[in-house]
Amino acid sequence: MSRVSIRVNNLKKVFRKRSSLFRGRITEEWALKGVSLEVASGEAYALLGPNGSGKSTLIRILSTLLLQDGGTVEIEGRRLPGDERRVREIVGRVSVDAAFYKKLSAKENLLYSAFLYGYHREEAERRAREILEQLGFPVRRFHDPLEEMSRGMQQKIAIARALLVNPPVLLLDEPTTGLDPKSKRDVQVFLERLRERRRTTILLTSHDMAEAERLCERIGLLAGGSLVAEGTAGELRRKAGCDNLDDVFIRLTGEKLVDEKKETVEKT
Amino acid sequence: MISPIQQTWAFFYRDWQLTRRYWSWVVVFTFYALVSAATVAFIGVAANDPRLTLTLTAGALLWTFLSVLFNEIAMSIAFERWEGTLEYTFMAPVSRLIHLMGVSLYALTYSLFRVVCVLAGLTLVIDLPFHWSQLPGLALVLLVSSVAFVGLGLIAAILPVMSPERGAEATNILQGVLLLISGVYYPVSVLPGWMQKIAWFSPATYALRASRRLLGLEGGGPATLAGILPDLLRLLLLGAILAPFGLWVFHKAEHWAKRNGKLKRTG
Repeated sequence: MSRVSIRVNNLKKVFRKRSSLFRGRITEEWALKGVSLEVASGEAYALLGPNGSGKSTLIRILSTLLLQDGGTVEIEGRRLPGDERRVREIVGRVSVDAAFYKKLSAKENLLYSAFLYGYHREEAERRAREILEQLGFPVRRFHDPLEEMSRGMQQKIAIARALLVNPPVLLLDEPTTGLDPKSKRDVQVFLERLRERRRTTILLTSHDMAEAERLCERIGLLAGGSLVAEGTAGELRRKAGCDNLDDVFIRLTGEKLVDEKKETVEKT
Repeated sequence: MISPIQQTWAFFYRDWQLTRRYWSWVVVFTFYALVSAATVAFIGVAANDPRLTLTLTAGALLWTFLSVLFNEIAMSIAFERWEGTLEYTFMAPVSRLIHLMGVSLYALTYSLFRVVCVLAGLTLVIDLPFHWSQLPGLALVLLVSSVAFVGLGLIAAILPVMSPERGAEATNILQGVLLLISGVYYPVSVLPGWMQKIAWFSPATYALRASRRLLGLEGGGPATLAGILPDLLRLLLLGAILAPFGLWVFHKAEHWAKRNGKLKRTG
């Protein structure tokens, strides 16, 4: 493996809940039970797992939004805990939920973000338009409030926000979940081009096996807070002895990738 | 190295854009503040007592300023949690000092705008018995007291970090307590003894007393700046304690929220 960009070593996270405010029993829920993985510089690595497997927790720790209860993280040589400020300078994150000031326009939201990272207005606006065009976003809507935009458009602006400041490391937490097929394809094509051009290190979490195989060199399977297998799609198929990646996941983790009960409820 | 001035500007820019987008609410809130102040001031007019009118007007104006300043800072985090943007603000390479300074600077500007609008509106409906030459002294009191109120706002801002809904509720209760104990429309001496003791810790108590002295409402004619110096020093002392304390408490709350996963979107 070439130079390591992200090194996660024995990462642990537990959430404690008290059943009632006074004298309540404290329950512990382990979100990560000692996860270790490495992503090389310029590599795209997919973390696959069902809801509650610990994917978003891991991304949040890497984004300095959560403090771990054990283990260490190193991103481009900067350690967590310890180098939070320096990690924030080099990490961009896109989450499943495109969070913005919905009354503000795409331009205003993106300029606010760019100012936080020290960019000047002209440069930030030029880059924002460039990225949005590449993502297939109709740039004439640059001045419209986000509340008037579809989820797909909002997600494209979320990607533009993460890329605006040229981060060498990109954390993508289910970036295409809930998008229509056209928007999903736009985002995937953009990410492929980004990797070809800039060799950005990408850590992607997803429920979508096909997306993971298309965008990433290696795939890690996360179940119940543990990394149960990792490798290329081919290696995982061979290991599990099945052709279909969804079957690979079930064979190697004993769990289904998508919670069918939840899916049924969501559909109804 | 990213310029702290540019980062401070980011928060000012964001809050200005939000104010622009919510302009109709700004008009509504300013109108309501004006009507509230006028309603209170007319009590003095009805009593045919210019001294009472001025006391009530000064209280209403000062409270307009301090409550808006406190509320804007205290609710800034709650607002970010509702929008879901708090995680993005917290993962930007910005020190908390710069972040909160940017928020506070905008809150200060906005509060001044609101108080000027209310004062302008009041002069249209009530013949206020004061000299415009007293305004610079009053503005100085507002600015000096704002440091302590920024500190109080920072302390209140942690509440929505810890519990989004309950935190916002507690912020309103805290603001109500400040209104009650600080003697906004009456002297603190009319309060029960235990409340008077709490009033010592409210910066609004000293800001109001200094304003009334400047306007000659505390007996012995209008005071000079030297005459209100003890109150200004008390305000500075409170500011010197509350602002760093607010920042320290905010750091602690942020650490707690990151340990317990409380920065996620709610509402």
